[in-house]
Amino acid sequence: MVDLSVDLGFLKLKNPVIAASGTFGYGLEFQPLYDLNLLGGLVVKGLYFKPREGNPPPRLAETPGGLINSIGLQGIGVEAFGREVLPRLAGLKTAIIANVCGEEEEEYARVAEYLSRQAGLAALELNISCPNVRKGGKCPAQDPEATYRTVKRVQQVSSLPLITKLSPNVTDITAVALAAQEAGSQAVSLVNTFLALAIDLPTRKPKLGNVLGGLSGPAIKPLALRMVFEVTKKIEIPVIGLGGIFNAQDALEFMVAGASAVQVGTANFVNPLACPEIIKGIEDWAKSQGISSLSEIVGSLKV
Amino acid sequence: MFQDKKAGIIKTASWGSYFLITLSAPEIARESRPGQFLMIRVSDSLNPLLRRPLSIHNRSGQEVEIFFQVAGEGTRLLAQKKAGDFLDILGPCGQGFSLKPEFKDQEIFCVGGGRGLAPLYFLGRELQAAGARPVIFYGGQTLSDLPLKKRLEEAGWETYFSTDDGSFGFPGLVTGLVEKELEKRKPDYLFSCGPEAMMASLAKICQTAVLPAEFSLESIMGCGLGACWGCARKIKKNGEIKYLRICQDGPVFPAEEIIWPGD
Repeated sequence: MVDLSVDLGFLKLKNPVIAASGTFGYGLEFQPLYDLNLLGGLVVKGLYFKPREGNPPPRLAETPGGLINSIGLQGIGVEAFGREVLPRLAGLKTAIIANVCGEEEEEYARVAEYLSRQAGLAALELNISCPNVRKGGKCPAQDPEATYRTVKRVQQVSSLPLITKLSPNVTDITAVALAAQEAGSQAVSLVNTFLALAIDLPTRKPKLGNVLGGLSGPAIKPLALRMVFEVTKKIEIPVIGLGGIFNAQDALEFMVAGASAVQVGTANFVNPLACPEIIKGIEDWAKSQGISSLSEIVGSLKV
Repeated sequence: MFQDKKAGIIKTASWGSYFLITLSAPEIARESRPGQFLMIRVSDSLNPLLRRPLSIHNRSGQEVEIFFQVAGEGTRLLAQKKAGDFLDILGPCGQGFSLKPEFKDQEIFCVGGGRGLAPLYFLGRELQAAGARPVIFYGGQTLSDLPLKKRLEEAGWETYFSTDDGSFGFPGLVTGLVEKELEKRKPDYLFSCGPEAMMASLAKICQTAVLPAEFSLESIMGCGLGACWGCARKIKKNGEIKYLRICQDGPVFPAEEIIWPGD
């Protein structure tokens, strides 16, 4: 019997696989295809206080092994989420994590404060790393001080555990991870997408309506893996690894690099059953290796 | 909504760059309605990464058919599939054409341009089964762009053809053919799928003729499930203009809700 459960300290997951924000809608979209209770957790689509229109289309461009998106966090706003969606998720036996967005610090705080008053949430993921909402792809996660301030501000108003989602579009991601830890974040998740450009040569126009977008998918996996490895060496709080995880082997590699849990994003589009299949694959692998608890492999990279 | 990872290909047919694939997919076939689509994995490799959205062309018992034209890498790979191969398909996705009870004994124009004819064959069959009279308009650049001509003729529906170069049927755009027919009679409803410019021009013709219509739109899609919002397009809904998902809120929208380029 393999124990797939993962203890993040502030949150116990039945297994390490979490569906990543922005790729899983508000959770309900995948319900016709499988039992969401199989998941370790799910992170809903990013929430601003007010509904948000999102970016002009086209919003997607494919690259070899990758996907560039510029959705721009279109969404229903936190009040509609609390009123209409959360009650439908609350009965699930999986960790429901809300992804908190903001134009500035005060909006992050308002969204977090609202959500921490709702029943049914296991944690908040602080999205300070979306490359699609500010000019030139800028975000708070590109600056340790802005990261510290935003995390600190949200900590003041929210009683829920906080996972800070980091951007790979930085020189030193460990400095930002440290700032999140110092400000009181209970975990970090990394990485968000890589700021990217796709060009249509015949028209010499960008393929995306918003010009730049964020690259995800298998193409970014080695980069994300490296960053997870670097960050876990520097900080004490748990790391949730993501970036191009498409199968159980990818997920296990992130755990060996130091991630306590993983998120699966773009794979949900290519194979809607990716998450349950990865969970099964992890279990099969652990059995075949005689591993009784997944904590044995976290950070076990032999260097 | 079902994911069938091993939908067997029963047979394929091709006409130049156009392809027809018949798949065994009992659950998907049972649930399918005209205008809905499948998200199809065209390769086991990661390039291309995303599934391809393709209209359901026909349903027969436990089988569904797709009809497509090679337009890029994804459809090129799909076109190489042979009978005996398997496809990973997801569907039926989206909201189809509305099949209203009052269509019984009514005359319904179905206008397809090129590969846009794909969902209209299934629609024609369902309209006929519901006691409506489908009238098909099928246009292409030249005769070889009308590979489904024989299939439509065999269906026994009133069918009109057009080619831009005049090689077969009405010489000119299919919109001109519809306009000409509208001078003679007034159908009760119109459905269309085809190139954006064709549908935009058809929408104006319908507006002038005060003819209610629905159009099937196309987009690159991430998930096909309504989760990613990658296929959003501005739509007028209840007096409000906002980005809706072509995959889940569409792909079929009433004419008055669509904002065409240049509007």
